[in-house]
Formats: sequence, C-alpha cells, structure tokens
Amino acid sequence: MERHEDQTPTRESASEAGWIAVSPVALLAETVKALAHTFRRLVRRGSFTVQYPEESLPPRKGYRGEHYLKRDAKGRVKCVACFMCAAACPARCITIEAGAAPPEWKDREKYPVRFEIDLLRCIYCGMCEEACPVDAIALSGTFPQVASSRAEKIYDRDRLLAIGDKLGDNISIAP
Amino acid sequence: MPLELLGKLAVILLVFGSPMVLMPLLVFLERKVCAFIQDRIGPNRVGLLGPDGLDEALLGKPVLGRRLLGGFLQPMADGIKLLFKEDIIPENAKPVPYVLAPVFAMVPPLLVFAVIPFAPPVKLFGTEVPIQVADPGIGVLFVLAVLALSPFGTIMGGWGSGSKYPLLGCLRAVAQVVSYGVCMGLAMLAVLMTAGTLRVSDIVAAQSGGVGDWFIWSQPVAFLLFLVCAFAENNRLPFDMPECEPELVGGYHTEYSSMKFAMFFLGEYIAMIAASAVTATLFLGGWSFPGIKPDGSLLMTVLSFAVFWVKVSALLFLYLWVRWTLPRFRFDQIMRLGWAVMIPAGLVNLAVTAVIVTAR
Repeated sequence: MERHEDQTPTRESASEAGWIAVSPVALLAETVKALAHTFRRLVRRGSFTVQYPEESLPPRKGYRGEHYLKRDAKGRVKCVACFMCAAACPARCITIEAGAAPPEWKDREKYPVRFEIDLLRCIYCGMCEEACPVDAIALSGTFPQVASSRAEKIYDRDRLLAIGDKLGDNISIAP
Repeated sequence: MPLELLGKLAVILLVFGSPMVLMPLLVFLERKVCAFIQDRIGPNRVGLLGPDGLDEALLGKPVLGRRLLGGFLQPMADGIKLLFKEDIIPENAKPVPYVLAPVFAMVPPLLVFAVIPFAPPVKLFGTEVPIQVADPGIGVLFVLAVLALSPFGTIMGGWGSGSKYPLLGCLRAVAQVVSYGVCMGLAMLAVLMTAGTLRVSDIVAAQSGGVGDWFIWSQPVAFLLFLVCAFAENNRLPFDMPECEPELVGGYHTEYSSMKFAMFFLGEYIAMIAASAVTATLFLGGWSFPGIKPDGSLLMTVLSFAVFWVKVSALLFLYLWVRWTLPRFRFDQIMRLGWAVMIPAGLVNLAVTAVIVTAR
C-alpha cells in the first residue's frame, strides 16, 4: 500500500495543537451522554464487591493455601514420618519428630510424634504434597489466616489434622 | 438593641453552621455516589448499620436503606484518624506560608456565605431579621473577590512546601484560576445586566416571580459558563490539575498531613458548597419557589430555607456526578478551553445580553 505522505503532517499538527477535534457543542453533547450512562450505573442495584470476612470467593482450582494432614480409614494420622516432605521443602519449614509406631499399627514402623510447619517460612510451593509417598499432606484452598503472634503461625500436628477434618478430606486410599 | 444583636448572632451561626453541617454529609455522599457509579458498595462499616452493625444484631436482617446509609459515620472516623496523625512540617518548607495556606483554603469559601440570602427576612418579636449576614450593595463583587482569594491557599501551600510536586500543582492552579476567573466574571456580568443590580437580595427578588423568572432560562449560556468555571475554580474533576494524583502525587497538598491536610480537604468541600450556593442564588432563584410567599412568617422562612438547600444539594450532586463521569483534561486542553472557547463565548453572551437589555 502506498503511503500518503501528505496525511502525516496533518496528523502531527493535530496532535501538536493538542485540541480535541470536536466542537464544544459536540463535547457537551458527549458529556451529557456520559452523564446519562453513569446515572444508570448509579441507580442500578447490585455491585461486584465481595464483603470479605463475611463472604469470600471460592478458591481457584489449584490454589495453594494452608496445609493439612490427612487421616487414614481408621482415623489415624496417615503420615509415616518418612521425612520426604521435609527433604523436599525448599524453605525448610517442616519439622518432624518421628516415633516408633504402636505395635498394633501393623502397616508402618514410624509415625510423627511432632509435625510442625512454620507458615512464616513456607513459600506455598506445594513440593511437600508432591513428595509425600502416602498422600498424607496436602495444601487446601483456604487462605492463610491472620495471626497476632509468630507462634500462632507455626501449625502443629493436631492443628493440621483439624484443618483436614474441617475440610472433610481425610479419608482417601489407605497406604 | 441587644435583641437585634442576638438575632444577628443567631443568623451568623446559622449561615456559617449549615455549610459545616453539610460538609461531612457531602464527603460521605461523594464516596457513596462514586462507589455506586463504579458498581461498588462504598463505606459501610463505620456506622450503626452494616454487616456487623446494630440492625443485624437487633433485627437479624438488613434494614431498608442500608445500602445508602450504612457507614454514614465514615467522615467522623476519617476526621478522628487525621486528628491523631503526626503533624509534619517539612525541612524545606517556608513556615509562614506553609502554615497559613490551610487557613486560606478554608476561610474564603466560608466568607462567601456572608452575602448569600438563605431565606427571606423573618419577623420575630416585632423586628425584621434578614437571614443573611450582610447585604452590601456590591454583594456580587464581594463574592467574586472572595472566590478569587481562595486559590491563595493552593498557591501558598504549593510554594511554601518547598517541594517540586506542590510547586507544579500551584503553578497550574494559578494559570487555571486566572483563565477561568475571567470567564466566571463574564458570566456573572451577564446576570447582573439582566437583573440590573449588584445587591444579592435584589437578584433573588428579581427571580422570585416563579420558575420562569429564574435566570437559568434567560441566561442559559451564562449558567453553563458559570458552572464550568466554578468546577475549574474549585479544582474539581475534570479540572483538578492542581491535585492530579497520577502526575503530581497529591499536587499542592502533597507535603501536608494531619489537620492541615484535613483543612485543605474541608476547604475544598466548603468551596464546592459555596460555589453551589452562589450558582443557586444567581441562576436558580435562591430561596424562592412558587407558592412560598416571603411574608415574614416563620413557616415560610423555614420553607424557603429548605428550598434553598434543596437547590444547593441538587447542584452539589451534579458536582459529584460529573467528577465520577469525566476523565481529567490535559493541561493545555484546559487552557485552550478557557481562552479559546469559554472567554469568547462569555464575551458574545455579554454582547447579546447588552443588546437585549438596551433594547428592552
């Protein structure tokens, strides 16, 4: 396509002038039109606001929020204290203390006496969930909650189990 | 004599008190109107009504009108917050203009109310009390003079802050006020020629025959010009060049905090109310309305007082409405609009008015 050389200067001078290429009357008419539009929005009911503490949007699929621990079919903690998650964790925020499993627990040798996640260090990458061989730990869709002290952000075993209980996602395939 | 003095004091209290009462209401309404236009909810937490308010606690369900009135104490909360903030005077600031500027932002717009008749004179205890602090023969000139004073707050604040953004804001304010002040005067002049007087109460009296007598019908162009100039003089969008957050941080009040900032803020809203009051007086018949006779009875006075504020409120709503509708002009566009459109239009309007008035 041939360039029309004579058009360029016209455009430039228009932008140099910096003036809207409409008459003041047209400007006024457009303003009135805009006012009518905003007035319709003004009297319309409803809004897009989500009143957060009372309401919240459902988390997106794949959202990585607070961690939780799952239970097995017998209601015991599913974790076998293998340390895979702690090893995989790039932030080193998982502390596990393993204890010998009670003799009646035939399916494993160890279980976590202590299982703590420091959510202040956690980067919510989900590597622990990936690493777990028995599908015992997972990240929920819950937003990490506000805490009033650092200690509150260190979630222990029972708290992690409680989150799982609340979600109702604790019974899955037994290891 | 003491009775007269008391009456005068009461009128002064009324005249300066009512814009002060209206101001927080206006701030609240501004936030609500803005929220509704943008499909939001706006402030709804501070106040007795709301998701965690009294209505839900007592009735268990939201009361009617909560959408509009929930959070109506927000301006108070904002005021208290500002009161407790640290009051900083920057190192580079020139203390005298810096400290005086908020006063200049707030006092001149309040002074405008001195010559605005809020209602016809009322007869009380045998004396006639005008609901107007002063009614000088040059009332309209007084308004023009005082309105021209208010940008001094902006200018002193911008220059006294000793910082670049406020300075740029104040430079823009000067240019804008000079350009639009001229046009505002021209628009007022056309009204004065039609009314044949400078006395504000006479201008209202000239319009009190009925809605058809309002100067908005005989001077529509002047009304439009005056309105646009009032927007510009008050630095309201689309003319908020001196503030202009995206370019100038906060414009002339960037360096202000605490109550000094609050005074700028209040001054802006009082200036809006003052400009609306002047517009209502000059173009919308002031306190007059068909059916209301200025016979000096208390009832009629209260009614005209209400009518006056209804007119002012309608204009104030227009201010809010326009603010959340139009984007900001570019600075050179504002200058062009002022000098190349508004002032010629004002001059032509004035010439036409002169011909008609002389021929009459």
